[in-house]
Amino acid sequence: MLQGWVIVAVSFAYLGVLFAIAYYGDKRADAGHSIIANPAIYALSLAVYCTTWTFYGSVGRAASNGVGFLPIYLGPTLVAGLWLFVLLKIIRISKAHRITSIADFVASRYGKSQFLGGLVTVIAVIGVVPYISLQLKAVSNSFTILTHYPDIVMPAKAATQALWQDSALYIAMTLAAFTVLFGTRHMDATERHEGMVAAIAFESLVKLLAFLAVGVFVTFGLFSGPADIFARAELVPKLKALMTVADTGNSYGSWWSLTILSMLSVMLLPRQFQIAVVENVNEQHLRKAVWLFPLYLLVINIFVLPIALGGMLHFPGGQVDADTFVLTLPMAQRQEALTLFVFIGGLSAATGMVIVETIALSTMICNDLVMPLALRIKALRLNERQDLSGLLLGIRRWAIVAILLLGYIYFRAAGDAYALVAIGLISFAAVAQFAPAIFGGMYWKGGTRHGAVAGLLGGFAVWAYTLLLPSFAKSGWLPSDFLREGLFGLELLRPQQLFGLAGLDEISHSLFWSMLANIGLYLGVSMTGRATAAETRQATAFVDVFRHTVGTAGGLRLWRGSAQVQDLLPLIGRFLGPVRAQEAFLSFARGRGLASVSELKADADLVQYAETLLAGAIGGASARAMVASVVQEEPLSIDEVMNILDEASQVRAYSRELELKSQELEAATAELRAANERLMELDRLKDDFMSTVTHELRTPLTSIRAFSEILLEDPKTGLPERKKFLGIIVKETERLTRLINQVLDMAKIESGNAEWHTAELNLREVIEESVAATYSLFNDRQVTLTLDLEPATPSVWADRDRLIQVMLNLLSNAVKFCDPTHGKVGVALHREPGGLRVDVCDNGGGIGAADQKIIFERFRQVGNTMTDKPQGSGLGLPISRHIVERFGGRLWVHSTPGKGATFSFTLPFRPGDSGPDTAPQ
Amino acid sequence: MPMRHSDITGQRLVAIVLLGCVLFNYPVLSLFSKPGAVFGIPLLYFYIFSAWALLIGLTAYVTERAE
Repeated sequence: MLQGWVIVAVSFAYLGVLFAIAYYGDKRADAGHSIIANPAIYALSLAVYCTTWTFYGSVGRAASNGVGFLPIYLGPTLVAGLWLFVLLKIIRISKAHRITSIADFVASRYGKSQFLGGLVTVIAVIGVVPYISLQLKAVSNSFTILTHYPDIVMPAKAATQALWQDSALYIAMTLAAFTVLFGTRHMDATERHEGMVAAIAFESLVKLLAFLAVGVFVTFGLFSGPADIFARAELVPKLKALMTVADTGNSYGSWWSLTILSMLSVMLLPRQFQIAVVENVNEQHLRKAVWLFPLYLLVINIFVLPIALGGMLHFPGGQVDADTFVLTLPMAQRQEALTLFVFIGGLSAATGMVIVETIALSTMICNDLVMPLALRIKALRLNERQDLSGLLLGIRRWAIVAILLLGYIYFRAAGDAYALVAIGLISFAAVAQFAPAIFGGMYWKGGTRHGAVAGLLGGFAVWAYTLLLPSFAKSGWLPSDFLREGLFGLELLRPQQLFGLAGLDEISHSLFWSMLANIGLYLGVSMTGRATAAETRQATAFVDVFRHTVGTAGGLRLWRGSAQVQDLLPLIGRFLGPVRAQEAFLSFARGRGLASVSELKADADLVQYAETLLAGAIGGASARAMVASVVQEEPLSIDEVMNILDEASQVRAYSRELELKSQELEAATAELRAANERLMELDRLKDDFMSTVTHELRTPLTSIRAFSEILLEDPKTGLPERKKFLGIIVKETERLTRLINQVLDMAKIESGNAEWHTAELNLREVIEESVAATYSLFNDRQVTLTLDLEPATPSVWADRDRLIQVMLNLLSNAVKFCDPTHGKVGVALHREPGGLRVDVCDNGGGIGAADQKIIFERFRQVGNTMTDKPQGSGLGLPISRHIVERFGGRLWVHSTPGKGATFSFTLPFRPGDSGPDTAPQ
Repeated sequence: MPMRHSDITGQRLVAIVLLGCVLFNYPVLSLFSKPGAVFGIPLLYFYIFSAWALLIGLTAYVTERAE
């Protein structure tokens, strides 16, 4: 049975598991072994985008709008494709400036303006707190429904509970405690929470599995497959309409405005910024996230429509709210385990959102709202406190509790009112107001602080007037006359048909007017005003972030003044804790090759470093104010800043040119070196060649001379002997001639001076001719020759005489080296893809693997030349190889020692129009 | 430059995003907003999920190949 205590126990056990994961993650991070350094975990944690509004609400939206729930997930898919530009740039900027929240980002960009940071924080809190209420409501509702198991009772019909009986209050308090434990365990200079991210990634997995489990159960358990559900829904006219885009009104317009809204929200919601930017461990994780995250969204949406249709078929009376189908369908089938799993899935969706959102908001409230005010109020005497890091943590903890209490109060006040139901999109529209200031600021240096303030105020005001106030009026908190009659009774000012614009749904309507006001004011005010020095400097650092070195906040030394290390160090220590500050300064000193902090000079770089360090803890704007309070600064005028920036960009241009020049020089040097090496190699080859040739020439010369001398000196030699000697002399002379001819031939071929008589010819004829020419040779040695020539082969382009030379060389080699008693030689001609192949094989002793390369080198013969009698000049094969390669072919040998050798060459078919003379050499 | 070797990758990704903007918008969407079914699944629903999967597949192919 699913009794109340079982559900509570399981919920707490689940939260315990989450906490264990987070604890383990933090421990590993402290030990330097991050468990979240993985793109899949990054993508999963991004899925904090999917809240209970997805888990329970998508089915509800699908039940009334059909495919209308999809743009919320298609937008992120589309924009993810641009993340490698946009989000990467935001991450790079945030890392360089230690930006820890979206408010900090806007404030830093526009000259570290405390006012802007505060404004963004206020908008974010107003826009997002109701969204937190929605999560509380979802958990509380699902809990209430579950406690009535097995009856299905809608929470609206459940008795209104007293405050102390209200499960939502306890949920809010538990979540607050949990978030405090998660998010503010220690003061981190980068505000990263590795353990929390690990837990969020786990929650994303749980909610996905839970939703898929219901989907599979409904689709294949309750019905027999998706086709079955759709076929049955087809018969009900109301459900049939859900399968197409409604024809009425401006459906496609709404579709597209929701897509755009979700494209912006997926980057600008405080929780998304926290996870995607602040908690990013490695930029490279983006590469996988750009498709893994959309894949997650696709998978979690597959079963939405089947569940919605299945639910409406199963509860035809309409007495069960479609928002609860995910839970009530398994309940109706008495699937206790599945029901509980779904509840945990919903709890995952809610807790994940609430934890990250409140951590992000609490950082903003602390750094951009409370601290700037507290530091200004002299009565608090904060300047005299030695260690403020505890105070910072305290502010954040109280901010977390306050946000959740606010969320609860809003939930309690709104109940089932329209203001809560519609808040998902209203929230999206609120954070969309940050888009012009953020994206404009990232890509356009001209945006100014005044422009950003005007745009944000204008956009926020229009948003509040066209979306927030009407939602209050529809909930009955405001008189609803102003909706119908407009403010002050002016029809033109009707909030949802502003200036008479009708025909749009309320979200598109509000998005249009608020963006018009926002962008218009941002551009208009920016272009009419002039930026201050600080704004110009930050604008350059943001827009050109990819050009500067990371870590020195833009690498621009736009600071002039005097400072003391003994002022800066305690200042940092007050916010980060003295130990951490000392460590940070020491690592900075070490980075500059200094042994200790005392050797540091407080120059522009150190001041910059200290300010960035501080920015991580209290936000850029407050950090600027604090640093300014302990150093003497000479303000730079805007002209000076512009000059420095100009100079910097000129220097950059020069250095780029220099870099290019030096690269060219390097390339030229490398070429020269290569050419030189080649020359030296050729020289060495020439020397080798000369010595080998003379050696080869000397052998026949020696024997000619020896026999000539015998004949000359011994006139008594008998006639038969004379004949024999003269025969030897003639043979050796022939050998000498052949050798010299071949050397000349080789030299001609290598130098490219050889004459080639290229023509179209039939390789088969060439082979037959060569075989005929060597016939007597085969006969003398009693070697059997077998031919296997493919008839009717296509012709090739080559020099007939040269090819015969190659064939004669191969054939005579084969005869020479085949088995001396039972010699066998085979010649084969085959067609291959792209050309013809000739094989000449013998059954001799074969050639060892090591020798197979050597034989194609000049004057290299297998065997010991000092003891064996040379059997050839050692030039035949190199020449043959040159000839074959000249016609675009290849000559090689394949042999296993003891089993003969096969020499093969290929020749390509007649090449197209290029002709044989351009054949590769 | 954002990740030097991704110049061409970046252009491909932008092309994919533009393709997505066309696929998930009027008028292409309206071509599929009519009765009919593929494997028993309503035409529009089937189209959106196929196009969605296609975009994800293309993005994955382009980014994974760049590595």
